Amino acid sequence: MSADSEQRTIRCLIAKVGLDGHDRGAHVISRAFRDAGFEVIYSGLHRAPDEIIQATVQEDVDVLGISILSGAHNTLVPKVMAGLEEYGALDDTLVIVGGIIPDEDRPGLMEEGVDAIFGPGTPMEETIEFVKENAPERT
Amino acid sequence: MGQAVESDLVERLLDGEHRALARVITKIESQSPGYRDIVSEIHAHTGHASVVGITGSPGAGKSTLVDKLAKFYRDQGETVGVIAVDPSSPYTGGAVLGDRIRMASNVGDMDVFFRSMSARGQLGGLSTATADAVKALDAFGKDRIIIETVGAGQNEVDVVKTADTVVVLVQPGSGDDVQMLKAGILEIGDVFVVNKADMEGASRTVAELEEMIHLRDDPRAKLDMGHHGAEAMGDHHGHGEHTDDDQDDEPEPDPVWTPQVVETIATTGEGIDELVETLSDHYTYLAESGELDEKARQRAAEEIRQLLRSDVNRLLERELDDRGGIDDFASAVVDKETDPYAVTEDVLEPLRECLEDRDD
Repeated sequence: MSADSEQRTIRCLIAKVGLDGHDRGAHVISRAFRDAGFEVIYSGLHRAPDEIIQATVQEDVDVLGISILSGAHNTLVPKVMAGLEEYGALDDTLVIVGGIIPDEDRPGLMEEGVDAIFGPGTPMEETIEFVKENAPERT
Repeated sequence: MGQAVESDLVERLLDGEHRALARVITKIESQSPGYRDIVSEIHAHTGHASVVGITGSPGAGKSTLVDKLAKFYRDQGETVGVIAVDPSSPYTGGAVLGDRIRMASNVGDMDVFFRSMSARGQLGGLSTATADAVKALDAFGKDRIIIETVGAGQNEVDVVKTADTVVVLVQPGSGDDVQMLKAGILEIGDVFVVNKADMEGASRTVAELEEMIHLRDDPRAKLDMGHHGAEAMGDHHGHGEHTDDDQDDEPEPDPVWTPQVVETIATTGEGIDELVETLSDHYTYLAESGELDEKARQRAAEEIRQLLRSDVNRLLERELDDRGGIDDFASAVVDKETDPYAVTEDVLEPLRECLEDRDD
């Protein structure tokens, strides 16, 4: 491998938003992403939308993965999306949501700008493949 | 890749746009096309921030300490940039960058710009990437920049050496830390912090450190360190006899910095103000002794060397590819048809000839 080949590494932020103490899924996905060769930043539990926005903007991640199992997605996700918009980060960040999202809520989230929603039982490879294919080109 | 894109990005960075700063660091980190132009452009805007490097073994409390330091500077109205370097897997290149979790005191505060970087197997390139990222933060207008690394090897030592002041974090009562010090980290520390000072064995660790610091010094240096020595003793016991030390107006003929030992409890923030004071003492010393300029020159020299090395490497890789790749050479060496020295001689010959021709 020559030294000038661009070292393209997909960067992800895995975020837990709001009052939701279940992070096994977030851990599993963080680890799977790491093993797929991604750089993963894990937010830790109980983050406010502002913190997620700050981290996404500053870390310039390609992918923001929000894990929500609390049912508050309709409140929290739009806040995050609005913040990303404010800092000009919405267009070139792939936003995926994982967790318990009822079918009837999905169209609304997708309208907010979420790129994909992965429910329980999604094979890990599917998520990784989706990220690899859809991670935005950085120019 | 138009020059205009880069200039626009630099302009937005200088304008204080967070997203542009983030993108510039991404470009630096991934060495994307055009990143050199960007660094060239921002170079002229740097030189205002003071840079502190913090290193120490995993779990010593670096991230927590950085968080508290950043908070302290923010309370003084200064802006802060943090670069946290974490190792990455040599197998997959993947990494979990976890230091951000500890930045609890500064959440939602955009004036603390925290950026995680991974050691992407860039041999020696990590220090260049870090130094360039520091330049980006500096040009952006950050007053204080903190670089945080796990003190695991030469790579990391090179990284913290890009800072003006190097802080080495030590855990009390851990034999491993003494090993670490033996392994050469002692030489790079300007300030030693014994964190978790409420733990058993803290005072012994402090004593051991001070002993080692004094052993490392030239015996004469100890004699003329004067005020600083007194300060050190007064300081770390926290008796507050630190009143008139700062205001000695007569310049010492040949100021010498003796590394200081500071005790902190990062989780509660205890000792942070003292650490800040020591850091500022060191910065004053650097400025007054002229070492700040000297360090800047050394850093620049090292940057040039590093870039030359990597660019020459690149040229050599291309040359190797043109000659059918390194595998054939390697097989030939294994089959005893030739040897590594002969191959090297062979590959480098055109370059050497070219240089010699010019000399004539």
